[in-house]
Amino acid sequence: MSEPALIQILSDDEIREIEDEVAHLPDRKSAAIDAMMIVQRYRGWVSDESLGAIARLLGMSVESLDSIATFYNLIYRRPVGRHVVMVCDSVSCYVMGADGLRKAVEEHLGIGLGETTEDDRFTLLPIVCLGACDRAPTMMIDEELIGDVTPESLDEIFARFA
Amino acid sequence: MDDTRPLIGIIDTVGGAVDRLAYESHGGYEAVRKALGMEPDDIIDLVTEANLRGRGGAGFGTGMKWGFTRGPARTPGGKYLVCNADEMEPGTFKDRYLLEYNPHLLVEGMIVAAHAIHAETAYVFLRGEYHEPFRELQKAIDDAYAQGYLGRGIFGTDINLELRIHRSAGRYICGEETALLNALEGKRAQPRQKPPFPPASGAWGRPTIVNNVETLCNVPGIIRNGTDWYHALGRGDDAGTKIYGVSGRVNKPGLWELPIGTTIREIIEEHGGGMREGYKLRGLLPGGASTDFLVEEHLDLAMDYGTIQKAGSRMGTGTMILMDDSICPVDMCRNLEHFFAQESCGFCTPCREGLPWVEELLIEIEEGRGKEGDLELLDRNAMFIGGVTNTFCLHAPGAIEPLASALRYFRDDFEEHIRQGKCPYR
Ligand SMILES: Cc1cc2nc3c(=O)[nH]c(=O)nc-3n(C[C@H](O)[C@H](O)[C@H](O)COP(=O)(O)O)c2cc1C
Ligand code: SF4
Ligand code: FES
Repeated sequence: MSEPALIQILSDDEIREIEDEVAHLPDRKSAAIDAMMIVQRYRGWVSDESLGAIARLLGMSVESLDSIATFYNLIYRRPVGRHVVMVCDSVSCYVMGADGLRKAVEEHLGIGLGETTEDDRFTLLPIVCLGACDRAPTMMIDEELIGDVTPESLDEIFARFA
Repeated sequence: MDDTRPLIGIIDTVGGAVDRLAYESHGGYEAVRKALGMEPDDIIDLVTEANLRGRGGAGFGTGMKWGFTRGPARTPGGKYLVCNADEMEPGTFKDRYLLEYNPHLLVEGMIVAAHAIHAETAYVFLRGEYHEPFRELQKAIDDAYAQGYLGRGIFGTDINLELRIHRSAGRYICGEETALLNALEGKRAQPRQKPPFPPASGAWGRPTIVNNVETLCNVPGIIRNGTDWYHALGRGDDAGTKIYGVSGRVNKPGLWELPIGTTIREIIEEHGGGMREGYKLRGLLPGGASTDFLVEEHLDLAMDYGTIQKAGSRMGTGTMILMDDSICPVDMCRNLEHFFAQESCGFCTPCREGLPWVEELLIEIEEGRGKEGDLELLDRNAMFIGGVTNTFCLHAPGAIEPLASALRYFRDDFEEHIRQGKCPYR
């Protein structure tokens, strides 16, 4: 594929948002993380194809961009379900019963950590302290923080995410 | 402005998130107008005299740090101000509250700080999972631009300031200020060699000041009300207020802005409502996961930098995590070391190899497979991994603090696991 065509894997909106970041930075490479996060907001994850296009757009090698991508836990290099469920496993939540909550979530969704439900609805991931320890145990679904979660409240919580 | 609780008092007064109009009707953006009429060096002197100490964990003098950038007013390419809003220390939830409920206070503090160090570009390095704080802070920044408080010629002066949010892509190590700078530059968040320290060479090689959210939020009050007022806010040696928090099995977990130096007992009992019925306090991490345990005998100590340090721990972020008598200390250490092992950036051997090894040994002991001599092995490794000169950054020493102290205070529990060949708490 020619270079312009590769870049065109990205939508105009994605390119515009990435260029807006670039315009505020001393060089193009500095936008690497922002660019991957932007593309992920549109597509849910960063595929090899997207990664290649971003690398070309920013003028860097695919390998160096991938080495950045794999460092960060919020950049997904594998597809995820429509909703990402993250259960906090850090210390305050641990004290307030996070292990039991994680097991209840696994049972409810029928998947383990790192897995996606067959209907592609939910991906389950562990997460470190969500900064809401006074409401422990906590979890996050997509952009929503949910505190004081009990196993009994799971039915109602997951029902809100189609 | 609530003059006894300058950081979050206004949130209660207003009854929720403070927008610009509410902020300004309580004296907001008065401090920055005053500060823009002051010489930058005079602002640095004032903040130094106020004895504001960094609220990100280490307690470094803020005025002194800013002072390292003194010199030629505008080096080529300028200087940077970076707000550390990564807040990933387990058990810490104070910056989220400030960002989400009083974002204009941070914007105002950052404008003053940027002026003091001659920075024309400032970033907020915000952790990626902070969606609500992002929306509120972005709204505040947009609003400030619309009012001419940010951008070119702010407040009708000839001073410029661009303020942008960098949303992080995860990893605890990004909170370490030099790793943060690498992440800001779009790279892997590996800590950098120090020296040079960021005030000499930071973001893109330029002089950079990195300050915590709460630190910067302390600045407007100091400018407006002066150093005498600020000193009088604190009890004991430190000045100002502190946002303290309690999580764990208390009746009312939460956070409160109190005089710095309030005692641990007051925080837990008066503000946190005491332990829940049926639970007894056994120990606490005073300021996040990377601080040493304190125990009952420490409850009447003042939560300030010097006092907590003398007791063998650190005030850290000031948000404490309580361990009650239903929690197994060995298993709690396993949880903590799992976090630190996972979050190692992988650069130094003691941290990359040592922490998973420690976690593994804790699992063995917790699950009843501990052997004679294991505790001495843990002691030795704690000393090795915790040695501040053995690793490239303070992640590894911080990781070991809770374990090393648990081995002192809860040694009986560790020994019981080995003696009984099982966890007595299960
Ligand atoms: C592993 C590690 C993680 C850190 N995480 C944070 C953090 O999330 N937020 C923060 O403000 N400081 C954090 N720090 C401290 C920063 O390196 C730095 O000292 C601080 O941001 C300086 O701000 P202050 O002087 O205003 O406290 C961390 C330090 C280490 C070693
Ligand atoms: S101590 Fe750990 S986190 Fe810090 S540089 Fe070394 S390996 Fe990385
Ligand atoms: S430990 Fe779970 S939110 Fe802080």
